[in-house]
Amino acid sequence: MEHIISVTVENKFGSLSRIAGLFSGRGFNIESLSVAPTLDPSMSQMTIVTSGDERIIEQIVKQLNKLIDVIKVVDLNESDFVSRETALIKVHTRSEDRAEALRIADIFRANVIDSTPATYTIEVTGDPRKIEAIINLLQPLGIKELTRTGRVAVARELIRSTDVQAKKVVRE
Amino acid sequence: MKLTGAEILIECLKREGVKTIFALPGGVVLKIFDMLHQQKDIEVVLTRHEQGAGHMAEGYAKATGKAGVCLVTSGPGMTNVITALADAYMDSVPLVCFSGQVPTSLIGNDAFQEADNMGLSRPCTKYNFLVKDVKDLATTIKEAFYIATTGRPGPVLVDIPKDVSMDKAEFVYPSSISIRSYNPVYEGNKWQIKQAAEAMTKAKKPVLYVGGGVIFSGASQELLELAELTHMPVDMTLMGLGAFPGEHPQSMGMLGMHGTYWANMVMHYSDLVVAIGARFDDRVTGKVSEFCPHAKVIHIDIDPTSIRKNVNVDIPIVGDCKLVLRELIQILRATVNGDQRELRKPWWNQIREWQQANPLAYQQEADGPIKPQLVISRLYDLTKDRDPIVSTDVGQHQMWAAQYFKLAKPNRWLTSGGLGTMGFGFPAAMGAQAAFPGRLVLCIAGDGSIQMNMQEMATAVVHKLPVKIIILNNRFHGMVRQWQDLFYEGRYASSDLETTPDFVKLAEAYGAVGLRASKPSEIDDVIKEALAVNKPVIVDVPTYRYENVYPMIPAGGCNHEMILEDPPALKNKQSGAGQGAPKDSDTILTA
Repeated sequence: MEHIISVTVENKFGSLSRIAGLFSGRGFNIESLSVAPTLDPSMSQMTIVTSGDERIIEQIVKQLNKLIDVIKVVDLNESDFVSRETALIKVHTRSEDRAEALRIADIFRANVIDSTPATYTIEVTGDPRKIEAIINLLQPLGIKELTRTGRVAVARELIRSTDVQAKKVVRE
Repeated sequence: MKLTGAEILIECLKREGVKTIFALPGGVVLKIFDMLHQQKDIEVVLTRHEQGAGHMAEGYAKATGKAGVCLVTSGPGMTNVITALADAYMDSVPLVCFSGQVPTSLIGNDAFQEADNMGLSRPCTKYNFLVKDVKDLATTIKEAFYIATTGRPGPVLVDIPKDVSMDKAEFVYPSSISIRSYNPVYEGNKWQIKQAAEAMTKAKKPVLYVGGGVIFSGASQELLELAELTHMPVDMTLMGLGAFPGEHPQSMGMLGMHGTYWANMVMHYSDLVVAIGARFDDRVTGKVSEFCPHAKVIHIDIDPTSIRKNVNVDIPIVGDCKLVLRELIQILRATVNGDQRELRKPWWNQIREWQQANPLAYQQEADGPIKPQLVISRLYDLTKDRDPIVSTDVGQHQMWAAQYFKLAKPNRWLTSGGLGTMGFGFPAAMGAQAAFPGRLVLCIAGDGSIQMNMQEMATAVVHKLPVKIIILNNRFHGMVRQWQDLFYEGRYASSDLETTPDFVKLAEAYGAVGLRASKPSEIDDVIKEALAVNKPVIVDVPTYRYENVYPMIPAGGCNHEMILEDPPALKNKQSGAGQGAPKDSDTILTA
């Protein structure tokens, strides 16, 4: 089963290779990985999308925790979370297709962030299914280049309200 | 006062209490060696190969419980020490390895003797550092020792570019260190420990399954107390030998692939396995799906990744063995009275039956070729009063040593378990001897293994490390030959060494002493003669070439289904006049 694991690491030379090395050395699977510094620039936040049965995921979490540079590991699948991915799609556009490209972008609430007479570069953010969907629709027009960020995710905040109604909702 | 990087390194080593380092120089570490040469506090043991330096540091660490230290140069120096680092990583040996690196300005330029030391060592160290600025050197070394010796111990590499060893900085050694992302758990969860104690009092057929973690945590005394309090049998892993007295009536000896019959039967039929500092290696579990089918499992280990990695665990306890056992004992003392012995009487009756049914056995004819087991038995009897440290290489001789040399105390057993590194034994013995110059250090080796680090004999002679090497010489890679006989229809693909050097002459060539026992009746005298010499000694013992190690659980087999003796087809083959003919076994072939 697919799991999204959020890892906080020391923002140090070699941290990424330690994590990548752990996955390759132990035969764990990485479907996507994204890294960037956190608010505190001495730390980086990684979101790793991986898959495996319960025992493998438990090992992945434990092995990540064991790495000296790793500060915190959260298996987001243990609670509710939101995740997003961004794709930049450069589409060939003959003059008769330009309106169609814009319409598709509009449907997906995507933005055109660069334009030449023969291309549009479209930025779209969403869950992987949405990204797949817009790619499928743009493909007939001719995709010149595609780059995806991989997923980032964050746990949903629990609703901490004194309101009894709200509590009930959470329990249900 | 400002010091050079090389001087800072030496000051740090002194503050860590390091008395001996194992080292081999090269271009980029010359400054460090030059400084080492000008001081008297740290002895430098110059090895003949960096692998030897690494294993010596391991032997030193295993015998003392402190971090072993080695120093190698860049490029080939680094690649040569990798085997020792990987070995230390598998067996959780605290090691700090300093490697030279090309100057920072040349890193990545494919400079002379450059290698990516960080990349090479990453998968076989607990952690590694590249020091880019001399100002960071002291703190880095402090962190390296801290990481190597705390939590689950392991090897740490510190890579020092040439310019860093020559640059100067103010020397300040931090008195303590804390790393925010590294906080090993020592105290076990109290509730879990209570659960464990409860399960232990109730179990009718329990077993303590103990590994090297008990030795590294210094928990042998606690283990003895726990075992006697609960009256449980104690199975030891290869790495755990010595954690519990081998001659204690509750000791079952070693379990696993070549463990005793009863140690494996106890595991298979137990209703409660209490694993302490052991990691359910495949050489112990055999077929995982049929491992301990009737048992609940309690697992005490400092490394959370060891728990539930290979087998399911009912009561996991993450913590230091010593602290957890102390808590367990405290609870059990209050709850257990004499009833444990009574409760477990039928279990012990069963165990004693198993022990009588299939004891460790071999057949020695008085004037026949020497059986390897006899050599170890005699060595054990003749040396046990001197509390020796015993190292082994890897293979048949290692398993016989594990079966027949019953260690009484921890930190006496130096062997390569996880990685199974041939060539480990001799340098490891030297490392232990360097730590304890007055002690008796034995190295039990095979003729195949010993040749993998034979060059260190020169080091032993120069540094006056009087290690006693006993070579069980069958002119085979014996364990390979055994598998070929059992599973590959006796085709000896590259296992027959055909000839070995004359080890007596070889020892003499190095300036050591060489002895040989050619008949069973000579063994005692030769061993006594070796023990009387205050020099490195090789005792060459040509043995019966086709002896196999039993019991044996075939790889992936189930723990209660052991092979206990040669299958009939093999027996016939060896009694025939064919290649098994024993008549040539006591002659030395020279090419």
